[in-house]
Amino acid sequence: MEQEISRRLFLKGGLATAAGLAASSIPGATAAAQPDEGKQLATLLDIRKCIGCEACVEACSEVNSAKYPDPQKPFPKMYPSRVPVEDWSEKKDVNDRLTPYNWLFIQHADVEIAGEETELTIPRRCMHCVNPPCVKLCPWGAAKQLENGISRIDSDICLGGSKCRKVCPWHIPQRQTGTGLYLDLMPSMAGNGVMYKCDRCYNLIADGEVPACIEACPEDVQTIGPRDEILKKAHALADEINGYIYGEKENGGTNTIYVSPVPFEELNKAIETGKGKPHLKPVEDTMAQANNLAAAMLVAPIAGIAAAVGKFYKQTK
Amino acid sequence: MDNGQSNARTISLPGRWFYLITILFLSLSGFGQMPIFKRYYIADIPGLGWLAEFFITHYIHYLAAILFLAFTAYMIIDYLLSQRKSRRMTASGYVRSALLAGILASGVFLVIRNLAGSHLSSDFIIFLDLCHLGLVMAFLFVSLYCFIYKKQWTTIR
Repeated sequence: MEQEISRRLFLKGGLATAAGLAASSIPGATAAAQPDEGKQLATLLDIRKCIGCEACVEACSEVNSAKYPDPQKPFPKMYPSRVPVEDWSEKKDVNDRLTPYNWLFIQHADVEIAGEETELTIPRRCMHCVNPPCVKLCPWGAAKQLENGISRIDSDICLGGSKCRKVCPWHIPQRQTGTGLYLDLMPSMAGNGVMYKCDRCYNLIADGEVPACIEACPEDVQTIGPRDEILKKAHALADEINGYIYGEKENGGTNTIYVSPVPFEELNKAIETGKGKPHLKPVEDTMAQANNLAAAMLVAPIAGIAAAVGKFYKQTK
Repeated sequence: MDNGQSNARTISLPGRWFYLITILFLSLSGFGQMPIFKRYYIADIPGLGWLAEFFITHYIHYLAAILFLAFTAYMIIDYLLSQRKSRRMTASGYVRSALLAGILASGVFLVIRNLAGSHLSSDFIIFLDLCHLGLVMAFLFVSLYCFIYKKQWTTIR
């Protein structure tokens, strides 16, 4: 027997669907907000100008030494035994790779330019991604992204899990065992130390100064400025020298833009890569896959509500 | 009056399995956000290697959350439209609902946090992370208690 849907039942069902639509649009509105990545701070590095003098490496060390870890030995034993101890406290002078005490280093590449064998030298450090996985995927929020796009790891909060290093396409953050908050929690069972990486001298920038590596460079390899300006300069430079750009689109976009006279595939083959020695390979946008699902999260409750409303109307027939 | 059917469960068996499986994958992929599964050899178990792959657990967490969101919306509306006349929420039902609401809300904010250009304050993000984890652990303990003591979400009016 057909039963007429009463006005009351219709209103109930309609309100339910409307509420679902309204609720699911709130995160959507925020998501649709345009990221102002053009305002983030970016650096342009003209690789041709770098002479490998390492003035930037020294300046970085000097300026950031107060931020370096001072671990106390012996370190608490960590369980299980596979947990790696990463101790650089007696190797603070190592500067041919990234370490907790060396956040910037020079990579060497023997390449051929116009038939001539040349050595190109490339300052390497954190790329300061536009949407940094180290920041977004840290389970504790120890890695932070500032308004100007700088990503830094807060040494007071970091437990040294090194997830940030794993999810970073260049594996930039470096760990020092035996320092930090984990010592006050359960040092044998959880945590391992603190992760360190270039923080783009965020405190100098806050004071209106430039990062130490840029200040110290005698050849003006680096230029710093708003991202959209830096990208314009990078493209102008690349066009001028028939060169190549790296860092603009990698990992969905970074704020470290390299311009090179030779293709980056060639540079990548010529450099030594490995732990603490990042590559120059193409990098897809690692955060995009899941972020694309975020839109489906808006639809999901609507689908659920629709199914329940549908079931309800079927029952009232 | 109890005629032997009054407290029969209102959710079909497929529905119950859906709930349990999504919660299982949410929990596994969720705990996998912390670097614990490789450290503690769980990811060495054949078939569980994915638990140590952060981008895989991240994606699976989102997928399971989407399914769980649809399921939750369905359950809420179905209760409001069809069940309310004959059944009411129990105390344990309210507790579990409140915990899930907190988990879902903090989860939505974390999804927003992951988008490019999102500008949530870093203190708020830490608060969200701790809330999300704390509420999940509370929810799992409460669920275990309810399972052991056979506490239902709803009961006859």
